Amino acid sequence: MSGWLSAILYILLAPVAGGLIAGIDRKLTARMQRRIGPPIFQPFYDLFKLIDKENVIVNLYQNLYLTGFLVFNIVAGTLFFAGGDLLLVIFALALSGIFLVLGAASATSPYSHIGAERELIQMMACEPMLLIAAMGLYLLPHSFQVRDILAVDKPLFLYLPGILFGLLYILTIKLRKSPFDLSTSHHAHQEIVKGITTEFSGPALAVVELAHWYETILILGMIYLFFAWNPWVAVPATIGLYLAEILVDNTNARLTWRWTVTSSWLIAAVAGAGNLIVLFYFLKAGF
Amino acid sequence: MERLVFLLIAVPLLGGILQAVMPGARARHGVIWFTCGLTILLAHAVLVMTLGEAPIRLNAGLALFERQGLLPAEIALIALIGFYGIRYRNPLAVVLAGLQALLLIGQQQAGHPEPLEQPLLLDGLAVMMVMIIGVVGGGIGIHAIGYMQEHREHHPEGPDRRASFFFVVFLFLSAMFGLVLADSLPLLLLFWEITTLCSFLLIGFERTPEAMKNAFKALNLNLIGGFGIGLAILHQSINHGTPTLSSIASGAAPAALLAAALIAIAGLAKSAQFPFSSWLLGAMVAPTPVSALLHSSTMVKAGVYVIIRCAPVFHLTPAGFILSLIGAITFLLTSTIAATQSNAKRVLAYSTIANLGLIVTCAGIGSHQAVWAAMLLIIFHAVAKALLFLSVGTVEHKLGSRDIEDMNGLIVCNPRLALAMLIGAAGMFLAPFGMLISKWAAIEALIQANPILPIIIAFGSAPTLFFWTKWMGKLLACRPQACPAIRVCSLSEQAALGLLAALTIGICAIFPMVSSHLIEPYLALHFSGEILISRGNLITMFIMLALIGLLPFSLVYRSRAERMVTPYLCGANLGDTGHFTGSADSVQPVYLKNYYLHSLLDEATLFRLGLIASGTLMLVMFAAVGW
Repeated sequence: MSGWLSAILYILLAPVAGGLIAGIDRKLTARMQRRIGPPIFQPFYDLFKLIDKENVIVNLYQNLYLTGFLVFNIVAGTLFFAGGDLLLVIFALALSGIFLVLGAASATSPYSHIGAERELIQMMACEPMLLIAAMGLYLLPHSFQVRDILAVDKPLFLYLPGILFGLLYILTIKLRKSPFDLSTSHHAHQEIVKGITTEFSGPALAVVELAHWYETILILGMIYLFFAWNPWVAVPATIGLYLAEILVDNTNARLTWRWTVTSSWLIAAVAGAGNLIVLFYFLKAGF
Repeated sequence: MERLVFLLIAVPLLGGILQAVMPGARARHGVIWFTCGLTILLAHAVLVMTLGEAPIRLNAGLALFERQGLLPAEIALIALIGFYGIRYRNPLAVVLAGLQALLLIGQQQAGHPEPLEQPLLLDGLAVMMVMIIGVVGGGIGIHAIGYMQEHREHHPEGPDRRASFFFVVFLFLSAMFGLVLADSLPLLLLFWEITTLCSFLLIGFERTPEAMKNAFKALNLNLIGGFGIGLAILHQSINHGTPTLSSIASGAAPAALLAAALIAIAGLAKSAQFPFSSWLLGAMVAPTPVSALLHSSTMVKAGVYVIIRCAPVFHLTPAGFILSLIGAITFLLTSTIAATQSNAKRVLAYSTIANLGLIVTCAGIGSHQAVWAAMLLIIFHAVAKALLFLSVGTVEHKLGSRDIEDMNGLIVCNPRLALAMLIGAAGMFLAPFGMLISKWAAIEALIQANPILPIIIAFGSAPTLFFWTKWMGKLLACRPQACPAIRVCSLSEQAALGLLAALTIGICAIFPMVSSHLIEPYLALHFSGEILISRGNLITMFIMLALIGLLPFSLVYRSRAERMVTPYLCGANLGDTGHFTGSADSVQPVYLKNYYLHSLLDEATLFRLGLIASGTLMLVMFAAVGW
């Protein structure tokens, strides 16, 4: 499949797939908590209802930043599924995150402000591991291009176990799941109201939700890369790891930001960097 | 060409002398406008004349100067430093001046090899530096007219020393041109020491005890660094005849490596890398145009400039790797410290040190792509950082504070100034702007050489994301308090900020051309390899740039009526965004402050860590020269 085709498929289908995954996620979470839970299509009903709501704002510019958030989230994913440069994907994703933070910071409500600061801290916690993961994936094909990494005919997860572990750790942050849902949360028990999304309502909140679905698919794509040598392994492995994230989400209490930063940096420095250094010298020695 | 280069060095000097002798502020301001404008034009002329040409060796009157005037000039310089040391009771400066004199005698004893007929070398790297010094320096000079006017209004006490201020600034520009053009090391060292002296005079401009203390700190650390070049000259003279930068760059290890390592020490000091970093933070007491000119966009770049000149020698050597490690550690620690600072000038100072560290990291690796990234970093950083410093300076005059917390909601009070600052910040860390392009290239270059360096860079770039974004968030907050009355900016300040903001964006758009016409030809002479910025990536970046440009237009097409409400303040809102009714019917103001992570990070601890690590590494570097 050519890069452009899969990029277009991503733009069109990622919201559908992302919404479905969110629906399944909610259903499973409900069952883990001994509730019946909403129908699987509930996220779509929610989205359409949000779009129909009145457009209430606290300043003229906040929706501008949200547009940037959504647009660059899609740019990052499109680039990834088109087989583009993994570093550029990470930078575009960071840019989109920054737009979300700026939107919340412009609102000057204490809750959205704290949410924005926490979101930034979460981004700071993720960034090193994301870059190290990209470097790890670079080592075998000698390229940062996703299409070259896909073409590697080896089980990458066996070469990069530490990096995969580190990446899964911080992807919990990216997926906004406990114990790292500091800036905002899908759970009802958030201590800072709705955190970074406090001042977004109606259509604006729909944009945030849509962007989250796009991002979920991008994250699943990143996990897929580690198993890509064999799709029969890759698909179940990706699904299995996502289910594990749901389990973690429901069995862990929220951590403080200090814990979030120090633990993710520590894991990136030990598991991620350690794996990268060992693999670099193994490959150099000709293994 | 000879005449053009002569003019390039002479025009700022002449402008400076006119400042010193001309009466009347109006006439002096005219001269500043004219000199800065002419310098910008001359730099462009040099660029146009040399595009596509092979490197040229030049005389431009400096061969005669090197033969006849170098020794007297050096003696005068040492005497001047000694004089200031005695007058302000700084024994260390006197001792260092004495050592400098001893070194000079040593060089004379070693026998001066016949000076070159053509001591200047004009190649791609030199032209790039000339453009930065000319355009950014000229812009900063223009900004300083309005800035110093207002500075005088804020500090009316004491004599008006603006004339001598501009004299030193122009003397500095002239010396800086000389520094980047000189191939002959003794000549380079003279210009080097002149910039050190200018920096000393400008940091001490206010003459307060704090300013003098910091000025001497900068002077002494840079004099210590300068010994590196002095020793390199001595070493070259004893062993190989003519001491030139180009002969070191093309020389063979270990002799050339030792000379290169000595020069790198001077470079580390000038670029305020660990363990020399403290002087740059002290230098922030100087008026802001000085911080922009000397301490972010030009003088500190001289340090990384000489290291880049020596990069071919460092390629694939243990000493070069350790030099890179010093740069990488500096990058990691100073970007982390910057996240804990709320004083805008200190944030900028730490971020400057960090980015210079990144350049040192690339130069120490010395591969084709690493040096490519280093040179791009110099360009992008010079422009964006100058813009940031100047806008902080202007804001400081308007708000009476340089604290980022006080810039809350600047976008509402003074949108143009806020926009300039936002462009500068975006240029420093956001895709698809300049610094990010270079950081990306740096990571690609480093992972090919060694896994440890890019890992450190990965950890160091995370805090930059944090501190720049929270700063931007402050600027963009639709402020809860009423705006203080903000005076309009002077014409000169607006002109300079506009020029630099346009450059910050413009260079991102034309950087492929900068690379292929200026940087690539230089690299082809000294390194083997090629740059692979794929077409696909370039197109993606242009699409991103265009999307950011288009984003504001989404404000025009609003789909539906919006209803404006006040934010949720967890109390009864009083109708504005700034107050709410708290407990017992008390009226509470809303006050939002950024996170500075003090419970996790401590400036002093991190700084000490940097001193110890880099000090050790510097010793290891010299041990490694012998390997």
